[in-house]
Amino acid sequence: MPYTFVIPGPLRDLSGGHSEVRLDGDASSVRDALSLLGTHYPKVRDRIVTELGEVRPHINIFIDGDSFRDVGGLSAPIRSGAEILILPAVSGG
Amino acid sequence: MPVTRNIKPEKGDVLLLVGTMKGAFILRADDSRKKWEIGGPYFPGSAVYGMAYDGRFGRHRIWAGPASMHWGALLRSSDDFGETWTDPSVANVRFPESAEAALKNIWQIVPGRDSEADTLYCGVEPAALFKSTDAGDSWNLVEGLWNHPQRPKWQPGGGGLCLHTILLDPADASRIRVAVSTAGMYVTEDAGETWRPSNKGVRADFLPDKHPEFGQCVHKVAQSKTRPERMFLQNHWGLYRTDDRGETWTDIANGVPSDFGFAMCVHPTNSDTAWIVPLESDGFRCTPEGKLRVYKTENAGKKWKPMTKGLPQGGAYETILRDAMAVDALNPVGVYFGTRNGKLFGSHDEGKRWSELADGLPAVVSVKAAYIS
Repeated sequence: MPYTFVIPGPLRDLSGGHSEVRLDGDASSVRDALSLLGTHYPKVRDRIVTELGEVRPHINIFIDGDSFRDVGGLSAPIRSGAEILILPAVSGG
Repeated sequence: MPVTRNIKPEKGDVLLLVGTMKGAFILRADDSRKKWEIGGPYFPGSAVYGMAYDGRFGRHRIWAGPASMHWGALLRSSDDFGETWTDPSVANVRFPESAEAALKNIWQIVPGRDSEADTLYCGVEPAALFKSTDAGDSWNLVEGLWNHPQRPKWQPGGGGLCLHTILLDPADASRIRVAVSTAGMYVTEDAGETWRPSNKGVRADFLPDKHPEFGQCVHKVAQSKTRPERMFLQNHWGLYRTDDRGETWTDIANGVPSDFGFAMCVHPTNSDTAWIVPLESDGFRCTPEGKLRVYKTENAGKKWKPMTKGLPQGGAYETILRDAMAVDALNPVGVYFGTRNGKLFGSHDEGKRWSELADGLPAVVSVKAAYIS
């Protein structure tokens, strides 16, 4: 099943310069999809996810336009062909 | 992003590694230490609490632990004074799955002893010690400290629950001390297998028991290299010295405007001499009376005297954080510190006269000094 990951600008050096990467694999949840991303782009996944497997607090991931946090978190189901948009949150100081 | 300016330090130069809340800077000067050139910012946007220079065995390696609010913390190194940096494929300092913890920040980086060419240590948040024995390629959690039965009772201080100080005893290769806010000081005498608290005599004014076995908010500890049994300790309220390797601590807040502060340095060859910057406690945490005063003792804390020549003595509400002061090893000793308002000051005569080395930096959180041999 295909999934399209949209890579934020600060991480494009780690994705070979690609702003989007389309990956095929089996993913039944957001967690699985991020694991799939990690098999191809481990540096990108490492910047998004902590050692605990949690998405870093200042990272937003939108699944077909919905924040993953609003639709069930990492366990949220994901459809074939989903767009996974990764964005840094508005934060800083 | 800002354009990074690189500098070209040479043999015989003094280096200052300056970590800030928005990146790192590297300064160089010849051994007169009168004219400084500044490079950076490196890692713009990332907080850099931990920096170190590893000059062992002909290396000229700078370490830094930039922590991005978004993308996490990484340990990176440069062998060309900041022109290029390693970029590990995944976070090199990371908790094992069994620890059930995630790295927040890298607070301290310390090269091992001269007899341990490829050993490095780093202290992190949440409070833990990591060790590398392959020159930083891989890192392992020091399980003996992590599994200490008191660790679940450690509490975070204002900066988080961090292991901020690592002291390798010059006289005993198996003895290491660490300081944690807020847990106090711990020592191992078997190279990290077992640890015990070492806080006898150090107050914890914020706890019901003012003298607990652990739980003190130790801000910084500095150990004499020439007399390792002597250490100075800047506490969250309290200024202390030990002459028995930390078994007991004696109050030495004699003649200081406040016994609160963060930064502390000891003279590299004279164990009676140390420097601090007292701050008004507890909510304000700025220099008392708006006067920026470094206090120096030359008799192991019996007296402290202000060193103010060249420092602003009015309207200077500065905060000098725990790692934001350093000394070099030249003669006379250079003393350097940075402020949370982005100023960097230095003295090339042990504090008699000060000059401003930089202004307008992001908030300074760490300063390290090194000599390129």
